[in-house]
Amino acid sequence: MTINWDLVWESLGPLLIGAITGTIPLALASFGLGLLLALLIALMRLSRNPFLSGVARIYISVIRGSPLLVQLFVIFYGLPSIGITISPWPSAIIAFSLNVGGYAAEVIRAAILSVPKGQWEAGHTIGMSRRQTLVRIILPQAARVSVPPLSNTFISLVKDTSLASLILVTELFRQAQQVAAFSQEFMLLYLEAAVIYWIICLVLAGGQSGLEKRLDRYVAH
Amino acid sequence: MSPTEPDLPDAVPLLSVRGLRKAFGQHEVLKSIDVNVRSGNVVTLIGPSGSGKTTVLRCLNGLEIPDAGIVEFAADLTVDFSTQVSKKQLAAMRDRSAMVFQHYNLFPHKTALENVIEGPVQVQKRQGAEAIEEARELLARVGLAGKENSYPFELSGGQQQRVGIVRALALRPQLLLFDEPTSALDPELVGEVLTVMKELADEGWTMVVVTHELAFAREVADEVIFMDGGVVVERGHPDTVLRAPREARTRQFVDRLLNPF
Repeated sequence: MTINWDLVWESLGPLLIGAITGTIPLALASFGLGLLLALLIALMRLSRNPFLSGVARIYISVIRGSPLLVQLFVIFYGLPSIGITISPWPSAIIAFSLNVGGYAAEVIRAAILSVPKGQWEAGHTIGMSRRQTLVRIILPQAARVSVPPLSNTFISLVKDTSLASLILVTELFRQAQQVAAFSQEFMLLYLEAAVIYWIICLVLAGGQSGLEKRLDRYVAH
Repeated sequence: MSPTEPDLPDAVPLLSVRGLRKAFGQHEVLKSIDVNVRSGNVVTLIGPSGSGKTTVLRCLNGLEIPDAGIVEFAADLTVDFSTQVSKKQLAAMRDRSAMVFQHYNLFPHKTALENVIEGPVQVQKRQGAEAIEEARELLARVGLAGKENSYPFELSGGQQQRVGIVRALALRPQLLLFDEPTSALDPELVGEVLTVMKELADEGWTMVVVTHELAFAREVADEVIFMDGGVVVERGHPDTVLRAPREARTRQFVDRLLNPF
């Protein structure tokens, strides 16, 4: 097989545009919203209120128990039949955020539980409320623990955004598909797409180590 | 910083605990405990592990909620745990005292200085600059000048515990509670912490100390309370309780601490 370098060069433009205007903003927006949701779900799950923790438990179970593609299709192709029509981009962001919310909630819950009970007590003894202790004492320590697993979630999400091509969002993979269909160079275009995903993930992994170093400044080595 | 003591007639204790009871499930940890602490006095709680002495402290600081009993501070705050206790009452009680923990429980993501000012600034809403100045002074007084910006992991156990003590002092409580403050320390670091505690006692701080350091109890305490099985077995002046105990159980315990072999 000879590599058609001209095509590689020509297709690089559309693929990068797909990454920059599709994949990356989609991943960032979904991860940001998903994390907020995850924190909420994690706190509900840890709550002593059986209703709140029950709702959180069911939510996590449903999200983790069904394929992301199915969730995406329910929102984009399913909801219109009950009169709710959402365009591709918002559909994708909603589906990915809900998904991240379910997975990251368990990460955050575990990270909160990993902070020793004595830290809660120290917060209380200096007069802090539960909320103050959570925000000022517990979450900063939980953040450190949760960076590696949350990075995993983020990296998975970046790759999962390729599923959005199936609900007509113009992103990296959909661009690759279109160029491939036009040029009939499937192998070349899909490998090229894979390399671009890989580079994005390399950058993210670099960011992860930087963040870990920053958060590790108060830990003995 | 000297303790902030309310002016009390001699007969009125700063802290009066009556009939304190606490059970964890079926296990009765405290079976009606009475403790009185006069302003400026040091009371040490001694006893075998599981005797309930730590639980007494934790109840005073609201870390455990007693099942029954009355906690009265200087006759102006009375919390009766036989009735439903409001969050506000609990917070008011907690504000009177500050706890020093066996394992220090410093905030690992904050420097020594930040650990100390967290309560004054975030909870008591005191001026940042003033709180920092006071924190620096207090840290210097326990020999930690220059360690303000160290994180707990950069400090020895003895230094961490001294930060823990300063964190408690900075809250300006009426009562200092020490829960086995030297039990987690390497033996050669115990002295530096006990020295600080003795100085605080000499300055007139009111302290309740759970400890196995009989020498400290003998030298510093105004009263020693020996607990076993959730009851007070014997109490009195350290010279009596530690040197000439009346009760056989006290004698056994003291002997074992003094002669482990």
